[in-house]
Formats: sequence, structure tokens, C-alpha cells
Amino acid sequence: MPRLIKDGAIVDDRWTLLREAAVLGDVPAVGAVIVPLALWRMEWGALLARGDVGVWLEPEDDPDALAADIGALPLIAIDFPKFSDGRGYSTARLLREKHKFIGELRAIGDVLRDQLYYMRQCGFNAFAVRSDRNLEDALKGLGDFSDTYQATAARPVPLFRRRAPSAAEPAG
Amino acid sequence: MYRYDFYDHRFVAERVAQFRDQTRRFLAGELTEDEFRPLRLQNGLYIQKYAPMLRVAIPYGLLSSAQLRKLAHIGRKYDRGYGHFTTRQNIQFNWPRLEDVPDILAELATVEMHAIQTSGNCVRNITADHFAGVAGDEIVDPRPYCELFRQWSTFHPEFAYLPRKFKIAVCGSAIDRAATLVHDIGVQAVRNGAGEIGFRVLVGGGQGRTPIIGHVIREFLPRAEVLNYLDAILRVYNRFGRRDNLFKARIKILVKEMTPAIFARHVEAEWERIKDGPATVPDEEIARLASSFVSPPYERLSGDDAGFRAAMADNRAFANWAKRNVFPHKVPGYAVVTLSLKKTGVPPGDAASDQMDTVADLADEYSFGELRVSHEQNLIFTDVRQSTLLALWGELKALGFATPNIGLLTDIICCPGGDFCSLANAKSIPIAEAIQRRFDDLDYLHDIGELELNISGCMNACGHHHVGNIGVLGVDKNGAEWYQVSIGGDQGEHASLGKVIGPSFAAGEMPDVVSRLIDVYIERRHEDERFVDTVRRIGIEPFKERVYAAAH
Repeated sequence: MPRLIKDGAIVDDRWTLLREAAVLGDVPAVGAVIVPLALWRMEWGALLARGDVGVWLEPEDDPDALAADIGALPLIAIDFPKFSDGRGYSTARLLREKHKFIGELRAIGDVLRDQLYYMRQCGFNAFAVRSDRNLEDALKGLGDFSDTYQATAARPVPLFRRRAPSAAEPAG
Repeated sequence: MYRYDFYDHRFVAERVAQFRDQTRRFLAGELTEDEFRPLRLQNGLYIQKYAPMLRVAIPYGLLSSAQLRKLAHIGRKYDRGYGHFTTRQNIQFNWPRLEDVPDILAELATVEMHAIQTSGNCVRNITADHFAGVAGDEIVDPRPYCELFRQWSTFHPEFAYLPRKFKIAVCGSAIDRAATLVHDIGVQAVRNGAGEIGFRVLVGGGQGRTPIIGHVIREFLPRAEVLNYLDAILRVYNRFGRRDNLFKARIKILVKEMTPAIFARHVEAEWERIKDGPATVPDEEIARLASSFVSPPYERLSGDDAGFRAAMADNRAFANWAKRNVFPHKVPGYAVVTLSLKKTGVPPGDAASDQMDTVADLADEYSFGELRVSHEQNLIFTDVRQSTLLALWGELKALGFATPNIGLLTDIICCPGGDFCSLANAKSIPIAEAIQRRFDDLDYLHDIGELELNISGCMNACGHHHVGNIGVLGVDKNGAEWYQVSIGGDQGEHASLGKVIGPSFAAGEMPDVVSRLIDVYIERRHEDERFVDTVRRIGIEPFKERVYAAAH
């Protein structure tokens, strides 16, 4: 079974990513699957009924399209066709902060160690690291920094609201 | 100036460790060139024509003498004994070895400096008025807000892979010395009817291939909301900015294609959602940052220094320098001094390590141990007693930094050009030097008066040619270097873009072309009229006729 990073650990991945599925017939009868947004929008009734269905978004997909389904979806994946295309970071924050999505938010595609920390801050908690890369190595990327200046999805209170006055050392 | 606390130190230390490991993995073949490129760029490292180039951030242009000594040391130890101050208030080293860069970053961290986000498709160094805190026309000191923005932009997790680079400039005065109209975002301090401080926000200005003056999208933004609003602008840009064409990826193209009104509507809708949220800046944070920028312990002086006035009357060379390179200070008896890095024969903006060390000593002796870098590529002592100006002038003359040409034709803004930069179409430094040599007569130079001549070696416009009163752009014609000339550009609150006068010129023709432009101005100017105002009044035709009548 393929493996991925989830909640800071390397775990088995029971989900099958269906990149090409265009009609219901393309979806295997059993097992957890992640379907394209277009298929979800056409067949959400049938897909929702079978359970264990997640949706993946392309960089240009509008997360508002999932607004009505947020509570019912156990998993949303965001695709990074190239790691240097940063749209998925905003999509992730909108899903977490605007739509209050609390399920698994997974980065798929060109997912590499050196982007994981920022992805985590934007709300991703699962990382399907590119299959030619070492997962143990990639896991280290989550520890690149110990804090952020900004308000982020993972740390909603910005540093300036947590900073000890004239901190030579952090409080607490 | 702002001093790092525990958190700032830790951020920079963690960055050094991160980049050290990334460099190691790249050299070990674990990262491809494509994967390493954005990582090194976000640490200021370019691979250039002859060697890597490292761009070190000088946040909003503010430096301590200790930091300058460190830069001098880095120039000496890792480079060829000099550095180049840029048009975005940074410094570049042109010859470091890739393997040494993590060590250089570690050395910078010891003096609270870094090279974070000085390149790459992310929010770059925040730039500001180089006279911040000492100018008489100041509405508010922009430096606390610049530091607020520096921290907000540093490692912003959402905006590290934008469609293209992103530049923000902040101005706190009535006179805009930060070129806010030609930045991706321009932030101008304003007061509303109730006397509250806020910001006017402009977006979509820029130079480069498609020069555009920025559009105001909000006349008054309460200061507490400024980070929410920046997040909203960047989020709209990150999601909708073009990624299909490198040349259309800047925010100015998005704003133009959407129209400023529609773009503003998207931003306002996003801001409406997040305003009053956790990123709203409390007054206490602004007060905390402002406490880093308190005035130095000025002496109480009654007014203009008698000795200074006497020296102005007696010593013509000193008076020439003081007239051009000394700016009034808001505190009686003090002055702001610009050190000209525009001596003929030296590439504009270059300073040797030995010169930097001496400047650091002079800053300690004359100006409370601090200095500024201007986007015109000069250095500035902001707090000099008038009574010491004569002595300081003597020291600066010996150093080669007292050329009395600030704001004049030979105070040329110039990018590194084809001598160093792999993007350049043409050389720019030799053109600057040839023009400086043509106008080496000081009396004539002063008679011409205020004139900004800016040179870029390619359409990326690092030399700000679009907003030069005379702008020179290096172009490539079938492998040969040619120069296109525009006139009528201007920076500041009346910013305008220059108009191209016609077909381009060979390098050797350039001094003559500039001479003819100046001849027309001298003949046609009204009393006390600047070059750019004459161009605005009579148009470009008379200039064009003269230049091409003689040339062809």
C-alpha cells in the first residue's frame, strides 16, 4: 500500500486518487476514492451515498464550489502540477478559514520536502509526497521553522499577539 | 533602529540552517536545478554571467555602522573587496562562491541581517523614504510600518510562490521619495478628517516591460487593518494573476485586464471577510515597533550654525556640495547629508570594503552610528550637526563620496547591466561613465539643475529608466547593443512615464544625444524651470528634431 505523511507521521494511504475519472463508471465499486471536482459536481448525490469519497481540486478550481458539501466530505485534495504554482496555498486557506473544513486536506502532485512547512501553515495536514522521493527525508521539512510571524490556518494567532514584551526569551 | 528579539533571531537562524541543508542537498545531487532555483532565489542567490550574485536585504534602507562593517567584511572575505548598492535599497555581491553562501548568511545573522526574499516570486524587501524620521514634511514616520510589513512578508506561507515578484513601497510624507506610484503596492500614509492615521493604497504600478502608474484602490485604510488588506490583495493576485506567460504575470497586468475597479471589488470582498480578524494590528504592536525608531539624543541647538553659514559664504566648493548634497533637517542645527556614490569612473552604487569601513566610522562620529541607502543608490547620514559639516565634507572628499551632484545629471541611477547581469541586453555602466565625463564641468552641471538620468540594461528596468527625466534603455538589435532614449519621466507624487523620442542609438552616440537634449532645454527653459517641466510644457518634438537632425 502506498504511504504518505499525515498529521506529522508516515502512514498507509488507503485512498485511491482518480485523476482521470469522468463518469461514474470510471469509479471502482469498492474502496475509498478521490474524484475530480467535475465528476463530483455532476454525480455528487450518488458519490455521497457510497461514502468514502473525497474530491481533488486543480489550481484554478474555486473552493467555493464545495461550500455546500464541506461538512460531508472526509477529504479534499489540492493538486500541485508544479511545485512552483502557489495557487493551492490560497485554496487551502480558504477551505480551512472561510469554509471551516475540518477533514483531511491533502497536497497531491509535485509535493516536495522544501514546501511542506508552508503547506502545513496554510492548512494541509496530509502530504502525498512525490513517489520518487524519500518520505522520511520529506518529513523533516515540516520542522524547518518553529514559528510564523503571520496569522495562518495552522496558527491563527499571529506572533505579534503572542510575543512577550521585549522578549529576550519567549514567555512560558 | 529595530533590534531583533528572541523570535527574530530564531527565524533567521532557522533560515540559515534550512538553506545550508538545501545547498548541501543540491550539491549532492538530491535537488535538481529546477527544484533548487526558487529556494536559492528566495535567499537572494542568482547564478550570474561569471559567478553567483548574492543580494542582501537592507530593510527599508536602514543600516547601523556595525552592519556596514559586516558588509565590508563580507565583500573582502567572500567577494573582490566591494559591494553594489541597488535601486531597491539592497546590496549585491557579485563574486561569492555558492558553497560559501550559507556561511555568508550565518555571518549576516550575527548583525541581524539576511538575504531572505531578495529575489524570487515572493514579497521582496520593503522600500521606503530614505529621509524617514527626519523630513519636515512627514505625516508619520513610515519605519514602524515598514518593520511591521517586513515581519508580515517574511516567510509568509501563502505567498512564497506567487505568479511573479512583488514589490511594496511605503511613504510617510507629502513628497513621495519612495516611488510608491511605480510599485506593485504603494502605501502612502494619510490622515483622515478625524486626524487618524491611515493609508492610501495603490496597486498595479510598475516599471519593467509594461510600465504603468499605480491605481488608488482605497483612499483611507485604518492602520489597524493594513495587514488584513495586504493579505486580501495578495490573495486575489495569487489566485488570479496570470501564470501562463512570464511577461504578463505581474499584478499590474491582472489589474489592467480586470480593470482597477473590478480588482478593487475582489479585494474589498476578501477584506470584508477577514477584517477585524486575528491579523488586525493592535495599537500596542504599533507602539512596540515605534519604540525602535525614537529620535537619537539631539543636542538643543538654537538654529542655523554660524560657522556653517560662514563656511558657505567663504568656501565655494563646500557651498556647492552643501547646496546639492545637504538636505534640511526637522531639528534646528542638524542636517541630512547624502554621500554620492556617483563619482565619474566608478560604477554607480559601488563601494569598496575599505570605503564602507570608513563610512561606518564616520557614521559613528557624525551621525549616531546609523545610515541609509537610497533607491538612487547613494548613502545618507540623517543626523549631522551643521557645525560638523565642514569637517565631514573634508573626510568625504578624501573618500571620493563628496561629488556635489545629488539630483543632478551625473547622479545617474544605473543597473549593473551587461557587464554583470545575465538578463541584460546591453551594458549600462560604460554609458553612465561616458555621460558623466561629458558633463564634468561643475558649473555647467549646476546650471542645468535638477535632472534625473536613469539607465537600464534591459526592459526589466532595474535602472528605473521609465521614470528618469531622461531614460536610457539598452536594447539588442541583431546581437549589437543599442540604446533607446525617452524623456519626460518623473518619480515622486507627480510620477509620469517617459516618452521614447525615436529610433535607438549606438553607445558612442549617447553623450552627444544627451548634450543635444540639454541644449534644447537650455535654450527653451523658463527661469527656474526644471528639465522635466520644460519637456512637459513644450512636448518632446523640439528635442526629437534636434537629436535626429544632427544624428541622421
